[in-house]
Amino acid sequence: VTVDIQRASAPPRVAVYNRPKVRAFLYQLALLALALWLGYEFVLNAKANLAAQRITSGFGFLDQTAGFSVNQSLIPYSESDSYGRVFLVGLLNTLLVAGLGIVLATILGFVIGIARLSPNWLVARLAGAYVEMIRNLPLLFQILFWYLAVLGALPGPRQSISLFGEVFLNNRGIIVPAPTAGEGAGLVVAAGAVGIIATLVLRSWARRRQARTGERFPVLWIGCAVIVGLPLAVLAATGFPIGFQKPELRGFNFVGGVRLIPEFVALLIALTTYTAAFIAEVVRAGLLAVPRGQTEAASALGLRRGLTLRLIVVPQAMRVIVPPLTNQYLNLTKNSSLAVAVGYPDLFAVFAGTALNQTGQAIEIIAITMAVYLVISLLTSALMNWYNARLRIVER
Amino acid sequence: MAADSQAPFIRRALLEPEPPPAAGGDALTRGRARLFGGVFNTVLTVTSAVIIAALLWPALKFLLIDAAWTGSSRVDCLPETVGREVGACWPFIKAKFAQFMYGFYPASEHWRVDATYALGAALLAPLLIPAVPYKGINAILFFGVFPVVAFFLLVGGVLGLPHVETRVWGGLLVTLVISFTGIIFSLPLGILLALGRRSHLPVIRALCVVFIEFWRGVPLITVLFFATYMLPFFLPDSWRIDALARVLIGVVLFAGAYMAEVVRGGLQAIPRGQFEGAMALGLGYWRTMGFVILPQALRLVIPGIVNSFIALFKDTTLVLIVAIFDLLGQLRAAFADPTWATPVTLFTGFAFAGMIYFLVSFGMSRYALFMERRLNSQQRR
Repeated sequence: VTVDIQRASAPPRVAVYNRPKVRAFLYQLALLALALWLGYEFVLNAKANLAAQRITSGFGFLDQTAGFSVNQSLIPYSESDSYGRVFLVGLLNTLLVAGLGIVLATILGFVIGIARLSPNWLVARLAGAYVEMIRNLPLLFQILFWYLAVLGALPGPRQSISLFGEVFLNNRGIIVPAPTAGEGAGLVVAAGAVGIIATLVLRSWARRRQARTGERFPVLWIGCAVIVGLPLAVLAATGFPIGFQKPELRGFNFVGGVRLIPEFVALLIALTTYTAAFIAEVVRAGLLAVPRGQTEAASALGLRRGLTLRLIVVPQAMRVIVPPLTNQYLNLTKNSSLAVAVGYPDLFAVFAGTALNQTGQAIEIIAITMAVYLVISLLTSALMNWYNARLRIVER
Repeated sequence: MAADSQAPFIRRALLEPEPPPAAGGDALTRGRARLFGGVFNTVLTVTSAVIIAALLWPALKFLLIDAAWTGSSRVDCLPETVGREVGACWPFIKAKFAQFMYGFYPASEHWRVDATYALGAALLAPLLIPAVPYKGINAILFFGVFPVVAFFLLVGGVLGLPHVETRVWGGLLVTLVISFTGIIFSLPLGILLALGRRSHLPVIRALCVVFIEFWRGVPLITVLFFATYMLPFFLPDSWRIDALARVLIGVVLFAGAYMAEVVRGGLQAIPRGQFEGAMALGLGYWRTMGFVILPQALRLVIPGIVNSFIALFKDTTLVLIVAIFDLLGQLRAAFADPTWATPVTLFTGFAFAGMIYFLVSFGMSRYALFMERRLNSQQRR
């Protein structure tokens, strides 16, 4: 039997403009041209508008005198300083509230996330109610609530609420004792550093020993004792150079101590509690992602619940937790810009708020502000990606 | 042996077997064991109970038991005049209700806002209930026709309706207008951006990546400032864009970038075979996407889309910073009214607005959960 095999026909003739490659090129060219044309129009319009409103563009305004005061600054600042200095003050304030917020929200979020999975019914429900309550209310609402309703309702300085006579709460903020450093304070700090390094060395030795002999070494307790004990011993030996200056009420205000302004406190509380609710959900999802068999195997080996969590579940859960946790850190940093609603002098409030109002340099100021947040976002992403890569399971 | 000491540790002697665990027992015993088994557990239970009692009872007392229900000014909410401790001052909410709902929208035109709400609800409800048929027509009416009708109904200037400037809009009306506009425009924008990011054409992909990452990397408030103060510089002088419209542009660009990432997640979950199958059938790019890929991808990410909507709804509060008075903005404005200045006004206002925000967000999140379960059960078969 012979079979006629049809010869493959030549590829159909296609018009040049219908060839996929040509089309792809044309589409991209069109889009690029559109983008460039839009950008060109924007620049042209901006030039015309700026000329019409007699605004000189450029970054020269950064050297001009700002002339307004800022109610919290980590670096020396006065009204005669420049807008460039204001920018720095705001940036440091943003980093302060974001950094503290990230640390506190992580701790609170992990506690609540673990509590949500507690076998104790009441604890799990309480944690669940917290998460639902906080997540479903807008952050700005919560910031204003803490600032206006809670901190605003505190009494004046003379009727301050006192916590153990050390910390005072009033409507001008929270006054906490200020640490004072005398002769030999540096030695105490050095002792603390030595304690931390010693603990790290001890831990690596204990790990190697456990791998070799199976004997466990109580690193946690001894480490804590060294880190706390060593500085305390040096403190006693040098005659207590580090003390705390207690705030005291003199007349209408407090003298001594550090005053945390209510704007800062309200923003920090709101950012921490809000982000903690989201972190709790991330942690819960991560813990649930570890197969039950892992926990059961740990129980079968005789590990207690705490040890199971610490040695088996959490290290595996971290791989699931880290990427969304990064997102939460970024959200917290970006959300710190809501400071402008209560007047905490963060980057956005002093720079895009007050400085923009005074100079009218909208394009430059908003561009700088956006660029700063973008850089912070990209840096945090890069850092967490590096950490995530370290945690990844090493495969063959 | 020397070699033996180098080997990993292995336990050689068997452990003594532990006694078997006690039998489960009835519900009461198990419950008791769960709540009070062990010292630490008991401490946790008692602490939780104390926290719950310390929060719930004062809240109940404030909102209901001690609350003042009738009155016409601050006097009716002051403990000195009432003669007892006063909780929530509900007359304050009653007096400011129109302001919270409509802002300064003229009172004679409030029916237009109500009619818009009613029309929206009538079209939305059947869309949300899975059992109701004609989803296609319903969706076209809700996403296509309704916004146009709502626009003319609210703005006016046609069919004898007096024109109402957006300057006087406020309260919940603005909150809902911004949320709804953000939702219906950000979804298509997000789909286009997600498709662009997954495109094989390098220029399109690069432009989409830059666009998405830029808007996701900056806070919404800078976007609103950009839209309010910077955008007017970039547009021809003859284009005078309304303040509310400028904010809407900012919100849509911002929400669109977030939506793009949600949609991209769905696109990545579709197996290659679906693309190849569509190609084998001779479908072009847009038909492949429109008939094969997107219907599956979007269904997968419905919970994610709803979560973006919740975030958008909560984010609308930020417009008060650029002087557009949404619900929270009107609340803040109402606090400044001296005729209602009492120690409880702030808490009352926050309780009222909090309940509205909570109910809407919580309702949406429950709906997302419901859809998620439904979709999962379909996939399980």
